[in-house]
Amino acid sequence: MFNARRLILAHFWIAIAAFLGALILGEWQMIVRSPLHAWVDNPEHYYRSLTAHGSAMGYVFPTLIAMGFGYAISVSALKRNLLGLRWAWVALALVVVGALAAMITVGLGRASVLYTFYPPLVGHAFYYLGIVLVVVGSWVWVVLLSLNLRAWRKEHPGVKVPLAMFANVAGAYLWAWTAVGAALEILLQILPVAFGWKTTIDAGLARVLFSWTLHAIVYFWLMPAYIAYYTIVPRAIGGRLYSDTMARFSFALFLVFAMPIGVHHLFADPMVGSGIKVMHTIFTGMVAVPTFLTVFTICASVELAARMRGGRGIIGWLGALPWKNPAMLAVAFSFVMLGLGGAGGLINMSYQLDSTVHNTQWITGHFHLIFAGAIVIMYFVIAYDLWPQLTGRALQSLSLMRLQLWLWFLGMMILTLPWHLSGLLGMPRRMAYFDYTHVATSPYAWTVIVSVLGGAMVLISGVLFVAILAKGHRTERVGVEPYRFSVALHEHATAPRALNGFAVWIALMVALTLVNYGFPIWQLSRIESTSVPAIYVGGDQ
Amino acid sequence: MSRIGVWGVLATLALVLLGGFLGFVWLPQSQDPSLSPFAAWCSALGVPRTWLASASIRPEVPTSEVLLTHELLGVQDDSDRGHGATLALRCSMCHGPTGISYADSPNLAGQYAAVIYKQLHDYRSGARSSPIMTPMARTLSDLEMRQLSAYYAGLSKPAGSTLIGNAPAIIRWGAPMRNVAPCGSCHGDIDHTMASPWLKGEPQNYLRAQLMAFASGARTNDINGQMRAMVQGMTPAEIEAAARYYAGDAK
Repeated sequence: MFNARRLILAHFWIAIAAFLGALILGEWQMIVRSPLHAWVDNPEHYYRSLTAHGSAMGYVFPTLIAMGFGYAISVSALKRNLLGLRWAWVALALVVVGALAAMITVGLGRASVLYTFYPPLVGHAFYYLGIVLVVVGSWVWVVLLSLNLRAWRKEHPGVKVPLAMFANVAGAYLWAWTAVGAALEILLQILPVAFGWKTTIDAGLARVLFSWTLHAIVYFWLMPAYIAYYTIVPRAIGGRLYSDTMARFSFALFLVFAMPIGVHHLFADPMVGSGIKVMHTIFTGMVAVPTFLTVFTICASVELAARMRGGRGIIGWLGALPWKNPAMLAVAFSFVMLGLGGAGGLINMSYQLDSTVHNTQWITGHFHLIFAGAIVIMYFVIAYDLWPQLTGRALQSLSLMRLQLWLWFLGMMILTLPWHLSGLLGMPRRMAYFDYTHVATSPYAWTVIVSVLGGAMVLISGVLFVAILAKGHRTERVGVEPYRFSVALHEHATAPRALNGFAVWIALMVALTLVNYGFPIWQLSRIESTSVPAIYVGGDQ
Repeated sequence: MSRIGVWGVLATLALVLLGGFLGFVWLPQSQDPSLSPFAAWCSALGVPRTWLASASIRPEVPTSEVLLTHELLGVQDDSDRGHGATLALRCSMCHGPTGISYADSPNLAGQYAAVIYKQLHDYRSGARSSPIMTPMARTLSDLEMRQLSAYYAGLSKPAGSTLIGNAPAIIRWGAPMRNVAPCGSCHGDIDHTMASPWLKGEPQNYLRAQLMAFASGARTNDINGQMRAMVQGMTPAEIEAAARYYAGDAK
């Protein structure tokens, strides 16, 4: 891992610490709001935990995984030392200081506003400043990746950018633009109120700005998983990537379509026009295109591996796959969860269908299935795959890894499928307690108990994951080969020009943002009567 | 630009045009064919329109005129508190010389300034009525109300009053299936919201009487009918439990 070994390891361990803490909070929340526990004494404690869980899982954990994995890709795909190593440590320090500031503020009960902020709720300024530091740290990472790619290009004029690095930088650019929405919201709207310079806030505009970030942030979380699909899995299972061009095209499309679609989180909000909502529905639908391209390409790559191993027949080749290989197992689990979660997502993004599931447990089920399920299980694969490179030691317990992945998959299904069901029954999300004895709500009760069990399995799996990685630091040192990414079935020396750079796709991303967000933001910021008094949380009690 | 780039731009443009036609022309006009294309386009964009415009309906009962904002009282200083102390001499008969009542009138010592100001204002405007308080408040200017609220807010809360035992369910959890929020989330123990009185140590008889007044609709100065909506969902036992709990051991 060239000069970045310790840097990457630090990113992963800090990410994992945040992950484990948030995982414990998540299961605590599941238990206290289930029929197995008396109603939580102080509902504010529940929302405090919810804010910490969301902030750690949404901002800290995936950002650090994306950053660490991003550096790993940069050094191993470009085969050169990381430029700006010192700046990378500064960026990590910013993220850590920011995360601590935010978490301590939340822990003290001064910012129980949920990770989505929810103005006119306003918490203590330290919480928002902490989140800003996390984002600024990640922006340094974006710049570093961009500079490293530029330096490599100078040394290799006309050579095709390695796929992993192309995707890596696409993800970084996506994030840079995506984070602008929430940054504007915090800097222009929330912080002046949190500091007491203003006492009113335009909640509608704040929500529109947050939606700019809110959907595409999921694609930022997703990028490492997709990079793992394309560049780790085919190699790990002894196959080849079906198409390098298709992979590049998918990442380019994510860059264009992942961001200007966030208003589908605001279908029930009155301040955005119906035509804008229709536009966002259509463009959200477009995200299905790179997703299906990916599913097709990876399934084809996996089939290729099976046939290379002697698999025969229309279905029979499935038996020839290396199912004992954790990467194989994880990608299969990931696709099952992506399929179910994606199908649910088609309902959420439809302007009309969304009204049946709006603000119910269905939504909680959906994003846990996609993020905590399909995406995080690939983070595990990434960690397992990188660990020997980072520690110089082999991870020996394959069976423990398989157990960990099985537990995560089954636990996540048992956690999220009942959430979907209770959502359809009308169970609202974000409630600290429910009266399960009432005739209208008693049908939810068993679904919540099942989810608690699923959550427990997920927690055990998370602990197992940490144990496997920790054990990986203590086994014997082995000679580790240089890190390799998948090779395409037909490897070409060049790639189409548009798919070897980002100019067109970034231009389209920005242009579509103007088309889809320009008017609502312009209009809301010029109408003054839309501001409401802020509601400060966590004041004197 | 390369071929793929050109196609990418053209395809995206086509999609924008198609989406624009569906969202801004076809759907709004098919929902309301009487709309002109321009009006349909404006409505789909979300340009504010006056709709449901009719003369505002006057409430049948008097309601509060106080507009609650964080700047409501501005900055209050020692001189406000001093003037307030002089004005408070006429209040001490019922509310006690130190703001602690021995006559089942509310204790005012340590109460939030915004609460006292709002109630005085409501007595003066007639939004809240009382044979004793209405004539008292009529003689007060806005400044005097601010000074009184500053004075009482600066006094120490009733020292001896502590809450006894575990808070009853209505304080901690409310009644979720009846849409009753926990008392504690506005009135203390969990959190407080603006211009909601801190209830700890208030006389039990006073608390019960006010809850009953909200329930019967005799008292109407709660903003947007919040308290009426809460109490009307509460059982008599819950009203009693809330009054007893907040009164604690205060005499």
